[in-house]
Amino acid sequence: MTTAAFMILLAGTVGAYLLNRHAAEQIRNRGARLHSLAGFHGLYGALLVAVPTLVVVLVWLLVEGAVIDRLVMSGLPAAALDGLGAGERQLILSEITQLAGGRQFGQPQPWVLEAAARMVRLRLASDVLLVATVLALGGGMAVLAWRRVSPDFRARQQAERIVNGLMVFCSTIAIFTTVGIVASLVFETGRFLAMIPWTEFLLGTRWEPQMAIRADQIAAQGSFGVIPVFLGTMVITVVALVVAVPVGLFSAIYLNEFASPRTRRMVKPVLEILAGVPTVVYGFFAVLTIAPALREFGAATGLPIAPNTALAAGLVMGVMLIPFISSFTDDALTAVPRSLRDGALALGATRAETVMNVLFPAAIPGIVGGILLAVSRAVGETMIVVMAAGLIAKLTLNPLDSVTTVTVQIVTLLIGDTAFDSPKTLAAFALGMLLFVVTLAINVLALRIVRKYREIYD
Amino acid sequence: MNRAAAPVTPAVLATVKIQARGVQVFYGAAHALKDVSIDILDRTVTAFIGPSGCGKSTFLRCLNRMNDTIEIARVEGTILLDGQDIHDSGVDPVQLRARVGMVFQKPNPFPKSIYDNVAYGPRIHGLARNKAELDAVVERSLRRAALWNEVKDRLASPGTGLSGGQQQRLCIARAVATSPEVLLMDEPCSALDPIATAQVEELIDELRSQFSVVIVTHSMQQAARVSQKTAFFHLGHLVEYGDTEQIFTIPRDPRTESYISGKIG
Ligand SMILES: Nc1ncnc2c1ncn2[C@@H]1O[C@H](COP(=O)(O)OP(=O)(O)O)[C@@H](O)[C@H]1O
Ligand SMILES: [Mg+2]
Repeated sequence: MTTAAFMILLAGTVGAYLLNRHAAEQIRNRGARLHSLAGFHGLYGALLVAVPTLVVVLVWLLVEGAVIDRLVMSGLPAAALDGLGAGERQLILSEITQLAGGRQFGQPQPWVLEAAARMVRLRLASDVLLVATVLALGGGMAVLAWRRVSPDFRARQQAERIVNGLMVFCSTIAIFTTVGIVASLVFETGRFLAMIPWTEFLLGTRWEPQMAIRADQIAAQGSFGVIPVFLGTMVITVVALVVAVPVGLFSAIYLNEFASPRTRRMVKPVLEILAGVPTVVYGFFAVLTIAPALREFGAATGLPIAPNTALAAGLVMGVMLIPFISSFTDDALTAVPRSLRDGALALGATRAETVMNVLFPAAIPGIVGGILLAVSRAVGETMIVVMAAGLIAKLTLNPLDSVTTVTVQIVTLLIGDTAFDSPKTLAAFALGMLLFVVTLAINVLALRIVRKYREIYD
Repeated sequence: MNRAAAPVTPAVLATVKIQARGVQVFYGAAHALKDVSIDILDRTVTAFIGPSGCGKSTFLRCLNRMNDTIEIARVEGTILLDGQDIHDSGVDPVQLRARVGMVFQKPNPFPKSIYDNVAYGPRIHGLARNKAELDAVVERSLRRAALWNEVKDRLASPGTGLSGGQQQRLCIARAVATSPEVLLMDEPCSALDPIATAQVEELIDELRSQFSVVIVTHSMQQAARVSQKTAFFHLGHLVEYGDTEQIFTIPRDPRTESYISGKIG
């Protein structure tokens, strides 16, 4: 039946298009001058039918289920629901729904059977009503549109206004979602800061959020100093950049300036594959390959290497970032005009001298922008560190030690027993907010730098 | 490469700087330069003229092996600089380019200071032993390019901040600073206004006292003004080569005649 409603909607839209176009063509054939082309009259008719009817159908489908459920539940014998909690009511409702769908388990009570039958009737009624509404609304709109067809009617402007409105609506969805996310972050962070003073949050050096949520749990008093967590993120990010920046840079320079076209054709796709590896796979790699190797190295040399080192997570994250840096470097080098390269070569500079003295300085802003974007990815990266970094926040800069990161903490805070009025859970939002602010700032800076350098050669 | 084609005698006359024999250039399958042979004289300005796409730039790029940097380009034939084959395995193209400088059609200063632009060549070739010598080279080169008076107070500001004519003169100064023996100029004035053009032409005339200058130009007036020798190219062939005066007054080839009188090109 829902399908029928959609078919009617489609037919009505096409019908209105043809009807209006035909009407407009008739007017034209009688010799009058139309303001808008006949096609626009058709489009106007189609839009006038499609948009409101579609909205009605969608809203109907959204609320239909809830309305029917409520009607069914309120129709049950008063005694049946006496003294039942929300969960048990939910169970009864799902039993009725199952029955109405034709799936019977055991021997339901007669009043349940009766309710199921009523649910089936209500659904049918709703479907019929929906089709009737679509018919009435679509038909009404089609007639309305048809009656507007006249030589002077500005169908093009009207149709464009409707299309314009649709586009504005679509683009605002993204904006409103963003605003909503930020607002909820801000709101929850506000609640968190009402419990924990911001000085403790931002300046505290102890992060032990595993506090008691219920009265019967035994746990320490939580403490929420964010510095060790951010320090962990920083250590891992630095390790990652130490890997990614030189490797990415030099591979891009090699591919761009030194490699033969054949090598380039072979190596570039491999780098792109690296960019397509899911982070969870990098996580495996960190846990199963790098970490044991580091451990063995530690055992062999007597270095004190923790089981979950920042080094392992950082190294693998660095590998993840290599294609990122190299593709930015590549873009930046390619953007340097050929004339500069020729100028240096014609002076008798070698390729290496040309790259180092002329191309690289000219490309630096683009490269810096790319590195900053890589930083913001490293800071926000979650999967690798969840798998490979530690859980305990330590105030250390030693990459051989175990550290935790902001993202890891957010994940662990929200896993398991949560209550949305405890500082433990709310702390996740506060961390998220902080992360958001930091990466936003880095991105804005990076994009500004990148844009600035684009202007130089355009 | 097949360079055994034409028999070559080393330049016996001291005045012949570059001797080209049977030079062919292919871009992939396209045959852009067909069997060009020419003697370019020392301390002389040689003008290359001809309609667009006839291979003037291509031939110019052969002389300092800049065609090596174009992946699809293939050069055949022999080119001798002071009697030595520039394609010889013993010749380093990098060193060759220090001896045969080039100025491009579009000014291409490096995104560095004016000073560093000019000092770049001497630095990479180790032509100055200390800062004072380098300063002297920079000043001398900028003076030769008739730019010194305009920039002497802002040597540290970026070369890209100069006007188009100044940038081109900066590029000339940059090329002159490595003390090349031959200076190749590919339409050096096409982006310049008449005043800057006049300055560059004056400069070319001065450079003749020390270098062999080869200039590609679209303007026949310019060729007549600055050059002593003129070569006319057409569809990849070197059609006619001779004294500038002769080419412009009594051309031997009918194609030269029609180009000069404005019928082709
Ligand atoms: N880099 C290149 N790749 C392919 N073809 C080229 C390249 N440079 C020049 N050509 C071709 O070679 C011919 C000669 O070009 P060019 O030497 O630039 O002519 P001119 O400088 O006399 O105008 C033209 O047909 C041009 O299309
Ligand atoms: Mg040219």
